[in-house]
Amino acid sequence: MPHASIDKAAARLRAQARWRPLEIAFWLAAVASYFLMPSWHLILAEVAILGLFALSLDLLLGYAGIVSLGHAAFFGFGAYVAGLIAKYGLVTEPVLALVVSGIAAALVGFVTSFLVLRGADLTRLMVTLGVALVLREIANRLAITGGADGLQGITIGPIFGVFPFDIAGHTAYVYSLVVLFVLFLLARRIVHSPFGLSLRSIKGNSLRAAAIGIPVNRRLIAVYTIGAAYAGVAGALLTQTTQFASLSVLDFERSADVLLILIIGGTGYLYGGLVGAILFKLMQDWLANLTPQYWMFWIGLILVLIVVIGRERMTGWWLNFAATARELGRRLIGGRRLASSSTQDPR
Amino acid sequence: MLTILFDGIAYGMLLFVLACGLAVTLGLMNFVNLAHGAFAMAGGYITVVLVNRLGLPFFAALPLAFLASALLGLLLERTVYVHVYSRGHLEQVLFTIGLVFMAVAAVDYVMGSQQQFVAIPSYLQGQFNFFGIGVGRYRLLIIVICGLLTVALQFTLARTRFGSRLRAAVDDARVARGLGINVNAVFAVTFAFGSGLAGLGGALGAEILGLDPNFPLKFMIYFLIVVTVGGTSSITGPFLASLLLGIGDVAGKYYMPQFGSFVIYTIMIVVLIWRPQGLFARAVAR
Repeated sequence: MPHASIDKAAARLRAQARWRPLEIAFWLAAVASYFLMPSWHLILAEVAILGLFALSLDLLLGYAGIVSLGHAAFFGFGAYVAGLIAKYGLVTEPVLALVVSGIAAALVGFVTSFLVLRGADLTRLMVTLGVALVLREIANRLAITGGADGLQGITIGPIFGVFPFDIAGHTAYVYSLVVLFVLFLLARRIVHSPFGLSLRSIKGNSLRAAAIGIPVNRRLIAVYTIGAAYAGVAGALLTQTTQFASLSVLDFERSADVLLILIIGGTGYLYGGLVGAILFKLMQDWLANLTPQYWMFWIGLILVLIVVIGRERMTGWWLNFAATARELGRRLIGGRRLASSSTQDPR
Repeated sequence: MLTILFDGIAYGMLLFVLACGLAVTLGLMNFVNLAHGAFAMAGGYITVVLVNRLGLPFFAALPLAFLASALLGLLLERTVYVHVYSRGHLEQVLFTIGLVFMAVAAVDYVMGSQQQFVAIPSYLQGQFNFFGIGVGRYRLLIIVICGLLTVALQFTLARTRFGSRLRAAVDDARVARGLGINVNAVFAVTFAFGSGLAGLGGALGAEILGLDPNFPLKFMIYFLIVVTVGGTSSITGPFLASLLLGIGDVAGKYYMPQFGSFVIYTIMIVVLIWRPQGLFARAVAR
């Protein structure tokens, strides 16, 4: 009997992990953007990096239910590690440097995950915020990081020793997109594995998850470390593509921005961060042109509106992409969350 | 040495007045209000406008700053905050961060991004010597005002009818409702009062803490430290936490300037690991 249920569960997981046409279309569009929008490559690279950063938060928030106010800690750590190892010529090959930065951020994530496990939501908020602040303060004080001036004089070698970075960001975009895609595939594999399923159950109810034999703390530590590694890679990408790292990578605003990006896109189906990053950049471009200095006001207004109107409804209008994920969610939760079949136009 | 202690106490008292409203709202409604600092900033800017532009005396401006911030708090509580109480912590955080960002940008737009100074009267400036301790007059004033406020708060909470209602609501809102206490009204009044205190703190603290549009973001972490370290179940917890934080911060910046704010962040993290419920809190079963 137990074998039958295991087979059933495995079959269900496999069914969820199937590629949907919309997903394929999404990535094809990303590839097409390289050929169709050559003058946008700098911004697109930034979008890809933001998307990766938001994806890393989605792993924590959307799957494991960990609310973090200081996710920039890992982004910034990765950014500084990548900058330092490039500046002092420790690792000159970018992809290898990316791996090193990711591992470094993962280590920080692993160590701090024990702090995050303590206490409930509020304590978590405080600890994540505190870790980010401590790291920012360290980067501000240390001579090696250049303090408030930022880390200057970084030169990044060509990728694999073959493809040098160019000023128009062509290489940067391809590079960021490929890294994003590879890490996305990995994340997709993770969340559709039994491990990912156990994370969702912890998010749903950690007590019950523990009662059916899921090692809650170990799973949370694992996903926190993975999320930190992803964020670190995103930060390292930013340093490599801009050849600069400043204190702003550790700012509180960055942690808030990435939350906003993820919330705009929707949590818990991996594409939220990517779509959110695109929308965020578009909005930033548009609003910053209107009132460059007061961009912060509009971010604030959007956050307030999202909460007051309701996250589900707010993200509902473009959720054609997410229909697949909803279906998935409905199957998981057993129809508790009725999908409001929104036929509204995407503006 | 004692001067540092004195400055630290003044700083801590100020932090307490700024943050105690937050402690109560958090304890009462389990609501994470990251925008608390915005009310403090409002109080500070109101004082700047009243004193510097309209030429009101400093002491007349203080109560007005309190009243204006309290009104602002009441208004926002009744119009927007009420919609968010029932949401999860994530939504509350997003919502209040949004409010902070809006406040920061709006103040930047209206008042400019430069640091503002309140013209405090000349008899409050300078120091005098008291048995070899350099005592800043303005800091003494802060200690006196905040000390009186603390005593008044403690009295209100411990001895008055409203205080006992509030304590009942904090302990268990459902049972308090069942006993006929209008928890929402208690909460609205407390929220307004807490915002007013924050405004007063902002007005008093403009001189010491510095006042610019980034005030709510800069001090958000301090308020949160006070609340998380002190716990939300009493008023003495946040009070002691404020004093500790104030003295620790001033001493840390004086003796180890190269570490800056590093000291207090580390203290906070250590305390949170050691006692996630807060240093002075009793364990709340919720």
